[in-house]
Amino acid sequence: MLRVLLVVWSLLLSMAALATTDVYPFDSATEQERFRNLVSELRCPKCQNQNIADSNAPIAKDMRDEVYRMMQQGATDQQVTDALVSRFGEFVLYKPDFNQRTALLWATPLIAVLGGVLVVVGLIMRSRRQDPSEKPISDAERRRAEALLRDREDGD
Amino acid sequence: MIRRVLLFIPVVLAIALGIVLFAGIGKDPNHLESALIGKPIPVFSLADLQDPEQTHHDDVFVGEVSLLNVWGTWCPACRDEHDDLVRLAREEGVRIVGLNYKDNRDLALEWLDKLGNPYALSLYDPQGKLGFDLGVYGAPETYVIDAQGIVRYRHVGVVTPEVWQQTLEPLVLQYGGEG
Repeated sequence: MLRVLLVVWSLLLSMAALATTDVYPFDSATEQERFRNLVSELRCPKCQNQNIADSNAPIAKDMRDEVYRMMQQGATDQQVTDALVSRFGEFVLYKPDFNQRTALLWATPLIAVLGGVLVVVGLIMRSRRQDPSEKPISDAERRRAEALLRDREDGD
Repeated sequence: MIRRVLLFIPVVLAIALGIVLFAGIGKDPNHLESALIGKPIPVFSLADLQDPEQTHHDDVFVGEVSLLNVWGTWCPACRDEHDDLVRLAREEGVRIVGLNYKDNRDLALEWLDKLGNPYALSLYDPQGKLGFDLGVYGAPETYVIDAQGIVRYRHVGVVTPEVWQQTLEPLVLQYGGEG
């Protein structure tokens, strides 16, 4: 049983290894890592919810080839992404640059957090304001309640 | 008083969100505007489909407004639009440049032989080089290119008679009139 599991496990592992090495040989592990980062941050225009690392659309392969080719020529990450954006548009960036068009997009998390903080601050301030000014019940009400309780105890 | 105003904030937010989402209804997320709109056609040097000895450059688009149609025999939707392209070229006199994309020359020639050739000129791009520079992500794609070789519009998908009448023809007339 254990042996069967081992065989299955090693088969699975070998498949994973095949999938990641692909066909792009690099001189160093850092370059390999850089390539992997780049292709995972670029979006496939054909199958729009995949990055070009995961997509097996022909266009994604062309884009991987281009990334590899440019890297071999010594291009920086910025040059690689710029080259692809100039062809396919900003759409291919999972992390679009900050500019006028994307300002709202980038600012949304900040706006949401600030809004939440405002709500919390408002709630705290309101509860503080209520504490000293108005008691839950007035003195007269308290006296009446105490009298009622006393009556009940006496009755029992 | 202030508290009452605050009560309306969720309603306002919900309405704003509703408007944003409603604006997105009916939009095709697969429809991307080309990054090349307003820019010159990428520099290229490609063999002619019919005559391998002949090489074409990006200047084939200078002088007359053209449609650039990206197609391949492997693409079923290209078959769908082919008859309409032939009609456009023959009856409306539209200049269509064909870009045979990631295809096989013999198959492509056989296709044009059998179905008619709407192209004033056919570029042969087996590696998809020009296609890649154009940002082609799915054939068929049809570009409107003005007489100065500037990309003006991209249509992704089949060119139906409606697409021609409503979208492409007005553009061809507009840029043809200028040139």
